[in-house]
Amino acid sequence: MATYAFVLLAVLAIATALGIVLNKNTVNSVLLLVLNLLSVAGLYLLLQAQFLAIIQVVIYAGAIMVLFLFVIMLLNVDDEESLFDKFRIRYLLAFLLVVVVFGQILYSLGGVAEMLPEISPEMAQVGTVEAVSEVMYTNYLIPFEMTAILLTAAVVGALLIAQFKIKKDEEDE
Amino acid sequence: MDYLYDLNTFLPATIMAAAGLVAILMAAYKARIGNIFNFTIVALVMALAVSIRDLFGPDGTAFFDMIAYGGTAAFGAFLVTLGTLFCVVISRDYLEAIDHHYREVYAMILFGSTGMVGLAVSNDLIMLFLGVETMSICLYVLAGLIKGEKIGAESALKYVLLGAFSTGFLLYGIALIYGATGATSYAVVAGAAEATPLFLAGTALLLVGFFFKISAVPFHMWTPDVYQGTPTTLTAYFATASKAASFIALVLVLSRMIPEIEGVELTQLLQVIAILTMIVGNLIALVQDNVKRMLAYSSIAHAGYILVGLAAGTPEGYTGVLYYLFAYTIMNIGAFGVIAYYERNHALDFTDVHNYAGLGYKFPVMGVLLSVFLFSLIGIPPFVGFLGKYYVFAAAVNAGLVTLAVIGVLASAASVFYYLRVMVYLYFREPHKEYQLVRPGALFKYSLILLGILTLWYGIEPIFPTDSLIELISTYY
Amino acid sequence: MVEIDWYLALSAILFTIGALGVLIRRNAVVVLMCIELMLNAVNISLVSFASYHGDITGQILVFFSLSVAAAEAVVGLAIIIAIFRNNLSVDITRINLLRW
Repeated sequence: MATYAFVLLAVLAIATALGIVLNKNTVNSVLLLVLNLLSVAGLYLLLQAQFLAIIQVVIYAGAIMVLFLFVIMLLNVDDEESLFDKFRIRYLLAFLLVVVVFGQILYSLGGVAEMLPEISPEMAQVGTVEAVSEVMYTNYLIPFEMTAILLTAAVVGALLIAQFKIKKDEEDE
Repeated sequence: MDYLYDLNTFLPATIMAAAGLVAILMAAYKARIGNIFNFTIVALVMALAVSIRDLFGPDGTAFFDMIAYGGTAAFGAFLVTLGTLFCVVISRDYLEAIDHHYREVYAMILFGSTGMVGLAVSNDLIMLFLGVETMSICLYVLAGLIKGEKIGAESALKYVLLGAFSTGFLLYGIALIYGATGATSYAVVAGAAEATPLFLAGTALLLVGFFFKISAVPFHMWTPDVYQGTPTTLTAYFATASKAASFIALVLVLSRMIPEIEGVELTQLLQVIAILTMIVGNLIALVQDNVKRMLAYSSIAHAGYILVGLAAGTPEGYTGVLYYLFAYTIMNIGAFGVIAYYERNHALDFTDVHNYAGLGYKFPVMGVLLSVFLFSLIGIPPFVGFLGKYYVFAAAVNAGLVTLAVIGVLASAASVFYYLRVMVYLYFREPHKEYQLVRPGALFKYSLILLGILTLWYGIEPIFPTDSLIELISTYY
Repeated sequence: MVEIDWYLALSAILFTIGALGVLIRRNAVVVLMCIELMLNAVNISLVSFASYHGDITGQILVFFSLSVAAAEAVVGLAIIIAIFRNNLSVDITRINLLRW
């Protein structure tokens, strides 16, 4: 059963990923990315990471993708008229580079299955909200606080950059 | 586990994070920008005092091994705080003059420095990742500050796209290392790691992410454009504080996570990268007419010299790296500061070296200071840059990497040309037209003079029978 | 029973597709989406390692990487908006990415 679900979700994820890269229409790309993220959330469920599966749907597929869609609508981005109209050396180089990286990573993955034969049986307890939150606020307190700073900085920074005209000091004195 | 004790070891970053939050509130309630500036300075001085205290403190790890304190980590926090303080001090007049003086800038700098300190003291790959990202997010924003002009927004876009791309590699590296060892804490990884393909691939990807942040060749492509498109004083911040943090984190990773794993030999790789970085950085700097681009390529070259010390991989090499980072921080902020002063004058485009003709006589203090900083960047005694180069190259020779040290010396000999070119324009060319320079503010002028004095003082310090900086650093290893 | 190889290979494939997209696409918004795809692919690796190790660390890291991805998307899109105001184009080939 799990195998069928995995194959289904994996094929969906790869197909949508290819769709994002090869699709000319930007809005379609966003929608395909949402589908891709949902299928990955399904994979998390197969891996017994319930909390992350929910987070993935709510934050990623929900919030971030809406932001993308919003910006695309706001800017009224045109479709790229042609993706592969003529042969470009850039495409070839990019392809070669990526194939090399891919080969390296795939090679490095050999032997992992012997090292880690199966999903650890206690995982069903480890991936729950309680378990995650327990370590989040003890062992990982400092990274957690750092994330708070990171997100604050991102919000303030985005406002600073995207605002059309910021009132400066002398104007309102 | 005593949270207060642990917090005390992380105090510089805590002060900066809290100050950043207050600065945002002040900006939201429309406080006067001068007050935000003063507040930032006070907070940074406090953080600097604390980080100097930590230099002499004990070392260990805190927050469940997430961060390290004392030793190299404390030195990293000190360098970041020092660099940030001077960059903020010289920023006010300059940003005012180019009309991009926003209230939020200081909060972004404080948050960025929090991330940098977090990166420099990280003792866990998770902390490393978050430190890098907090730093990078703030730098992306600061790079886009001159958003009304094409070059500012474009360089920010280039930075954010390439930076996020490199983040992917960094994170993949961390994932593979985690997969190979089942842990992210440096000590545990070092204990559990074997030279499996999985671990090696993870290390390689992690290093790619690092090489991007320290702008080592061939991952340096973003550097010149970003440095050119960013306001000059913030370029100094990019080139010194963020680079120092990344290098210190790299030192910690190399010395604590990878050191004694059989079959993992990084010296060859680091040597190749160091040679490429020194040669490419210096050669391209030779042909630059834009002073900021020239300094950008020179900072790539300096990253190459620092990599020489890392390639040596000995305690002596790491000591040299730390000293070099200190030297680089003070002299580079100084050089960028003087250029920022010239740029405040709108009479001519003072990023073009041809317009520096005769400038040395206009406001002699600034001309002399620029000469001091450039001489130090070349590595001429009795300035601190010489000692930095001496320590890293000597470490390389003692580690048996004579070829590498020779290439380094030759490359820095080539660098004499482009640094001296600026000075030739300053003193030996006639100006094209008449103009007056504005007078620098007192704070601006005296902080640059202080940097000049430091550059000279640390260059001659070892002569005196006092406890010198290098002795302090060498106790860390 | 699905072995860990399959998850890791899937992750590598998705990462590669994302990297390819970053390198060949010209629309800055799509490039940013491809970067999200890459980070997401890494997350699959992390979660599968965590599950097979029976250890929570990987999942925590995924949580943080989600936050980072969100922050990067926000700042990236803000910069794209700023560019669009100047230029009316999000075509990155008009921005010379590899200049001396």
